[in-house]
Amino acid sequence: MTKIFKPAFAAAAVSLALFAQGATAAEEQFFPIIGYRVGPYGANGQSLFGGFIDYLSYVNLKEGGVNGVKMTWEECETEYNNAKGVECYERLKGKAKASAGPIHPLSTGISYALIEKASADKIPLAMVGYGRTDAVDGSVFPYAFPLVTTYQMQASAIVKFIKDKEKGNLAGKKVVFLYHDSAYGKEPILALEAESRLNKFDLVQIPVAHPGNEQGAQWLKIRQEKPDYVIFWGWGVMNQTAIKAAQKVGFPRDKMIGSWWAGSEEDTVSAGDAAKGYMSATFNVSGKAVPVVADIEKVVYGAGKGNLQDASKIGTILYNRGISMAILSVEAIRKAQEKYGKGKAMTGEQVRWGMENLNITEARLKQLGATNLLPEVKTTCDNHEGSGKVKIQQWDGSKWVAVSEWLEGNKGLIHPLFQASAKQYAKEKGITPRDCAKEK
Amino acid sequence: MLYREAGQFKTTYAADQQLFPIRQDRLGVIALLAIGFVGVPLFASEYWFSAILIPFLVFSLAALGLNILTGYAGQLSLGSAAFMAVGAYAAYNFQLRVEGIPILVTFIMAGLTAAGVGILFGLPSLRIKGFYLAVATLAAQFFIVWCLTKFPWLSNNSSSGVISTQKMFIFGHEFDSPREKYLLVLSIVVFLSLAAKNMVRSSTGRAWMAVRDMDVAASVIGIRLMPTKLLAFAVSSFYCGVAGALYAFCYLGSVEPDGFSLELSFRILFMIIIGGVGSILGSYLGAAFILLLPIFLDIALPFFANLFGLPFSTATVSHIQVLVFGSLIMFFLIVEPHGLARLWQITKEKLRLWPFPH
Repeated sequence: MTKIFKPAFAAAAVSLALFAQGATAAEEQFFPIIGYRVGPYGANGQSLFGGFIDYLSYVNLKEGGVNGVKMTWEECETEYNNAKGVECYERLKGKAKASAGPIHPLSTGISYALIEKASADKIPLAMVGYGRTDAVDGSVFPYAFPLVTTYQMQASAIVKFIKDKEKGNLAGKKVVFLYHDSAYGKEPILALEAESRLNKFDLVQIPVAHPGNEQGAQWLKIRQEKPDYVIFWGWGVMNQTAIKAAQKVGFPRDKMIGSWWAGSEEDTVSAGDAAKGYMSATFNVSGKAVPVVADIEKVVYGAGKGNLQDASKIGTILYNRGISMAILSVEAIRKAQEKYGKGKAMTGEQVRWGMENLNITEARLKQLGATNLLPEVKTTCDNHEGSGKVKIQQWDGSKWVAVSEWLEGNKGLIHPLFQASAKQYAKEKGITPRDCAKEK
Repeated sequence: MLYREAGQFKTTYAADQQLFPIRQDRLGVIALLAIGFVGVPLFASEYWFSAILIPFLVFSLAALGLNILTGYAGQLSLGSAAFMAVGAYAAYNFQLRVEGIPILVTFIMAGLTAAGVGILFGLPSLRIKGFYLAVATLAAQFFIVWCLTKFPWLSNNSSSGVISTQKMFIFGHEFDSPREKYLLVLSIVVFLSLAAKNMVRSSTGRAWMAVRDMDVAASVIGIRLMPTKLLAFAVSSFYCGVAGALYAFCYLGSVEPDGFSLELSFRILFMIIIGGVGSILGSYLGAAFILLLPIFLDIALPFFANLFGLPFSTATVSHIQVLVFGSLIMFFLIVEPHGLARLWQITKEKLRLWPFPH
């Protein structure tokens, strides 16, 4: 008996040794992907994480990884549920010890639950366009990055856009803020109130209860108020309902400006004709005209390694947003490698440094083939946001068309709000903020 | 053979009245507690603590709370998650606004606050029963979540309504590692379970069961309905409130009102239906089933898929998981409508006769 087994054991041992060697020879950068493809927002997750993973594959195929370090990843399904998100995080964090790309939970609830944990485990948490916005103040939140822009800055940029439309004067105008009555919808209220004091316009706040598929009463109120503009903070099924309801009460859609989560093809196509002229903010453009998107379709889908089952989603707003998130992550790793050694896998701590010292200029975006896909991003210790710019886009009946340049919100007005909030958080939690002057 | 009580004579009233009259049960519980307090902390990994054990204990406690109300006192409730929310937000506000309040006192106060709210929403139970009462408690579910979103004071003016819990200190020692949190939760849950076990066999518990089985008959034999029902609501909400506080402080660390949705209430209700209505053990079994089975499937399915070379994506796994989970619930409800606790009871009875069944 033993005689038969001995060679088998030897073979197994040898192959195991070879395997182990193989694993150490090539450096790999691991991405814990805590995402969702089923559940209430599964359709959004499919496009977004599809784009994210496609870009990682693209980096592997096109340039053999970042300086030779291949990107690897493992997905865990959260179904947009906070408890599941925490479970996924705990499951994947063991694998993220040696090297960790930033986590993108794509859920405000989950990112709130992970902020402290991620900071304790030294894994950077990226919240691109959602999440805890006062984490802009990196002195209190070293591991949390609300990259590119935040709800408050977005609200401020939208106000700027309508102010430009009204030739620089909003005094006496009336703006309705119609929002999803949840953490997400309430986030910009403080910023809008500050803007209304500054620009002397009337702000009327109208909440819509989740999920928002019944808005008759709200739109009746809007008709009575006769506002000049409606700023609209919707999510999921609420978006198309609002657009249809606006048509019903005869409110012009081109006076209605949604947030970036109320401005994807999923929202407008299902609203049909009613959506024509509807506008929304966005921090990335749609379409395949962006060189990197076209190249991903060619390289990744050409090699049969695409992540999307439905390739028609390539070039949609959310798919391109997934690519933008991946670009930011990969650039952070590149930056970290410059400091900690090229061709090495970066730990979460090192990637964190990379994210805090991002400098994605227009020239760099051009090299990446991502000109105009997203705005320039330059982060520092006391500014984890890095940009604060959005574009306003308009639905022309079949696609989104950008109708403005990159608009920056009123930083002088908004950022002090973040700092005050972060200070309160630090006090509650007994955190001593880092001295940003000493960080490098 | 293993489980026979022959030869165990009870010679005192104390021995006759003890919690676990059979020696094997007693030893079993002691062994379980020893494993829980000593074995698990020695060997479990961080993942086990934060993702499996702590939520399991917290939800067991919430299920236990609902079981007291629904299983023992017979009052159907769909508001358990809301009472958890009251507990979580109350604990946060007590920590925030009362200087130097000990964390354990905070948890008790959170429970008491939830109990107060529970009594308020229990008032309709004096007039209405069954499904109609369920609808009344549904009002609690929606009202409380709305209230927490509506009044910013409750979340300390957080712009999003999300609260982030404070650090926990007991006698100057900070409970921050998952292991310490687990031990804290375990101690509280064990203490409250023992209290519940005793409560349901006291005159209070017997009064609850009498009301459950037939309230007219109960009132005829001299049980006052109002205090009995309201007490059930109070105790049940107290348990849910403490569970909510632990959920916020020891498990997630930050909660938002929307997290305590109707869906969560249903989950807790399913826990006691699967586990066993009117059984303390059932609350634990149900929580384990509802909470741990999906995680187990989530980990096991990709493994088997790899083994057989099937191309499973995470989305497919998620779909299959729901499928398997749903069919298992149906299977258990058909095979044993009285829940997992009843299965355990049958096993015990069989074991007593084994190996000589008649």
